[in-house]
Amino acid sequence: MTKPVTRTLAPQPGLPTASWHDRKGLVQIGLLALLLLAPLAAYFLGHVYYVNLASRMTLVAMAAVGLNLAIGYGGMVSFGHAAYFGLGGYVAGISAYHAFDLTPVIGWPLAIPGSDSMLVIWLAAIVLCGLLALVIGAISLRTTGVYFIMITLAFAQMIYYFANSWPTYGGEDGLPIYLRNSLPWVDTGNALNFFLICFAGLVLSLALVSRIMKSRFGAALTMARLNDTRLATAGIAPYPIRLVAFVISAMITGLAGALYADLNGFVSPTMLSWHMSGELMVIVILGGVGRLYGPLAGAILFVLMETLLGGLTEYWKLFLGLVLLLVVLFAKYGVMGWLAGRERHE
Amino acid sequence: MTLLIEQLINGLQLGTMLFLMASGLTLIFGVMGLINLAHGSFYMVGAYATALVSATTGSFLVGLAAGIAVAAAVGALVELIVIRRLYHRPHLDQVLATFALILIFSEGTRWLFGSSPLWLNPPAALSGSVTLPGGLRYPIYRLVIIAVGIAVAVGMYLLISRTRLGMRIRAGESDREMIGALGVNIARLYTLVFAMGAALAGLAGAMVGALQSVQVGMGEPVLILAFVVIVIGGIGSIKGALYGAILVGVVDTLGRIFLPAFFRHFMSPSEAAGVGSAIAAMLIYVLMAVILAFKPKGLFAAHD
Amino acid sequence: MSDAVLTLSNLNKRFGALQATCDVSLDLRAGEIHALIGPNGAGKSTLIGQIAGGLKPDSGSIVLAGQEITPLSVAQRARLGLGRSFQVSSLAEPLSVKRNVMIAVQALQGHSFRFWKPVHRDESLLMPAMEALERMALTHRADTPVSELSHGERRQVEVACALALKPRVLLLDEPMAGLGPEGSAHLTELLEALKHEVPILLIEHDMDAVFRLADRISVLVAGAVIAHGDGAEIRGNPQVREAYLGD
Repeated sequence: MTKPVTRTLAPQPGLPTASWHDRKGLVQIGLLALLLLAPLAAYFLGHVYYVNLASRMTLVAMAAVGLNLAIGYGGMVSFGHAAYFGLGGYVAGISAYHAFDLTPVIGWPLAIPGSDSMLVIWLAAIVLCGLLALVIGAISLRTTGVYFIMITLAFAQMIYYFANSWPTYGGEDGLPIYLRNSLPWVDTGNALNFFLICFAGLVLSLALVSRIMKSRFGAALTMARLNDTRLATAGIAPYPIRLVAFVISAMITGLAGALYADLNGFVSPTMLSWHMSGELMVIVILGGVGRLYGPLAGAILFVLMETLLGGLTEYWKLFLGLVLLLVVLFAKYGVMGWLAGRERHE
Repeated sequence: MTLLIEQLINGLQLGTMLFLMASGLTLIFGVMGLINLAHGSFYMVGAYATALVSATTGSFLVGLAAGIAVAAAVGALVELIVIRRLYHRPHLDQVLATFALILIFSEGTRWLFGSSPLWLNPPAALSGSVTLPGGLRYPIYRLVIIAVGIAVAVGMYLLISRTRLGMRIRAGESDREMIGALGVNIARLYTLVFAMGAALAGLAGAMVGALQSVQVGMGEPVLILAFVVIVIGGIGSIKGALYGAILVGVVDTLGRIFLPAFFRHFMSPSEAAGVGSAIAAMLIYVLMAVILAFKPKGLFAAHD
Repeated sequence: MSDAVLTLSNLNKRFGALQATCDVSLDLRAGEIHALIGPNGAGKSTLIGQIAGGLKPDSGSIVLAGQEITPLSVAQRARLGLGRSFQVSSLAEPLSVKRNVMIAVQALQGHSFRFWKPVHRDESLLMPAMEALERMALTHRADTPVSELSHGERRQVEVACALALKPRVLLLDEPMAGLGPEGSAHLTELLEALKHEVPILLIEHDMDAVFRLADRISVLVAGAVIAHGDGAEIRGNPQVREAYLGD
């Protein structure tokens, strides 16, 4: 992707990028503060609905942070991240289902019991999404461009149809989670507590991606996106770099998916559908692709539109489509580009 | 044995419909370098127009002609307003803009015509069955679909290899600067190719609409199957689209029938139905993965 | 021949009916610049592709410092000490000059799967990168994005990237192309000083630079080496005259 490079407030090397002094840092901190303070206020005013809405924003943002690592930083246009989002959700659902039922998840060759502990579920979601992404990525990354887009889409559809026609866990009807999964010492059933868990997850994912992108691995990934011939000529094979980034990206999205199922108390093939993949991409683009806080800005905008427009008309996606079309055609830098100025690569 | 033959013909019928979708997609990619998710919307538009006009005029054929014409017109309009701004954009932008078009078309259609499906019946003359050699009774309409698919394939072959337009399309596939230098009006060529692809999708939608039902979102599963087809066949290759479509159509159809039967040898019938259908649903994607593992650019790669 | 750092033996490459490389054998010795010249379409780019690893030869072998590298990938060859520059500048445009060179240093130091330590504070990456830039007289441009550089400066960055790999061999594909006389003279000086540390296989159209720099010259026509010798020999070779005048 070619973006004109413009001179903006360039962070000097050696100083932390998200400094208090520049506009970008202020916007980033502002977005996080908004996301944290609004549900706090809502909770103490007794509007639990808005706390759950903020949790939804947070988790969608976190899933998009994962996708942004692949698309924005790695240049890998994955049209199948719903697979990891949904798999994370199903891990939470299936584990809780068996814990409730007191039956093993897998009976053979070794009995694995279900668990309603979030810590176990998160770990399982991260590991399984990582493995799935390793397989899908290993095949898909042999291709580039349109092939990559279509193949990631096709693999996600494969998982979708599988979940749809596998009757054990509800098939197309989905699987309810009767009781929200638990954490030690925390009442996860409380909306504010659960929001804070989600918020912590989002902040950690942002910190992780930020840190990774400043590291040697990040430098190699950036070079793989901008010019993979240069990377190979320097002696670094681009394929394993991309694959690892793809796997990390899927893990973040998968963890968000596990929390999302817990938020809704429900998981269904909808979480795996290509509309979900598309919406995650839309969020990344609305926010500004390749911007650390882009997914957060995009998620806030998306969920707000969904709630406000969805309250006015049941055809709100028509307007989402129009907005998206206008953003893609005329506002390439997304919300963050508009709020915080264009990114300068350093 | 008759079951196998019947299912093979069913697979062929699915394959020819997929070819109508996939050939348009792959042509648009080959000539303009554009990935178009909204192709499924033209399928839906064709089906809706056919259903509405058939219901008003009472004639399926008039409806079908209207369906193709409306899909082509909508395609041309979309190309003029949106698509031509996307040719020089990255694939990511193309995906998102055409995803936006899907949302607009689907929700717009739901708004205009509601969520309940429209009904479209095949013409009375084609509603019976014929006896095939071997004693198999088979619906005429499905055979007609196959015939239409074959006719379109032959027509496209002739169009591309024998006509002036085809020559320009081939030139456009191999060298975009060249056709401009030859004095061909590229903008008009692109609009024409795009409308042609949309018309083929509309035709497919109308014909399948008479078998199933006409409703919002009907184009999406077909679109994704068509993607699998062109990835398998090699993006940009019409020949690849043809072979890929038949392969996907036959494998998918046979898998859905025979896999549950196969698993009945190992497990209880209800379990076998579940496992079999779940695996059958994944079958073509596994096929795609296997083919790509050996040929990352598909069977008949024409372009990157 | 014993001090050859890079040896090509009997390379062949065919594209359909076109024999793009025809039984090419040549070597590069320590301390020299070996120039490869030839008219357009002689197969220079195809040959470069095979040496760098982007193209696989149909037959023949390539040996770098005693090791057979024919089956290796581009990245593996680079790690073994094959540094190259491209005919068309191949840098990451939005990144600073420094960052472009640092990637090469990073590659040299080992694997890139380090996720934590920020690179901008990493002296072990920065120092060698700055050193390579200094060798190409580019220190003052270290923080400038590549997109703002002149054509000649980009060529110098390319060479600096290759140097940062501490290569055993430099493969330079038309480094003078598109440079003005001044830039060309400047780069010629830099390369002349460089050859004592790293032998250079130079593919070049600029004949003044070739005759000034090269210790040996090979002439490629229609995929085959038709002549080989020092500057005077090549100038006097009737076959070479015919190939160039008949071109």
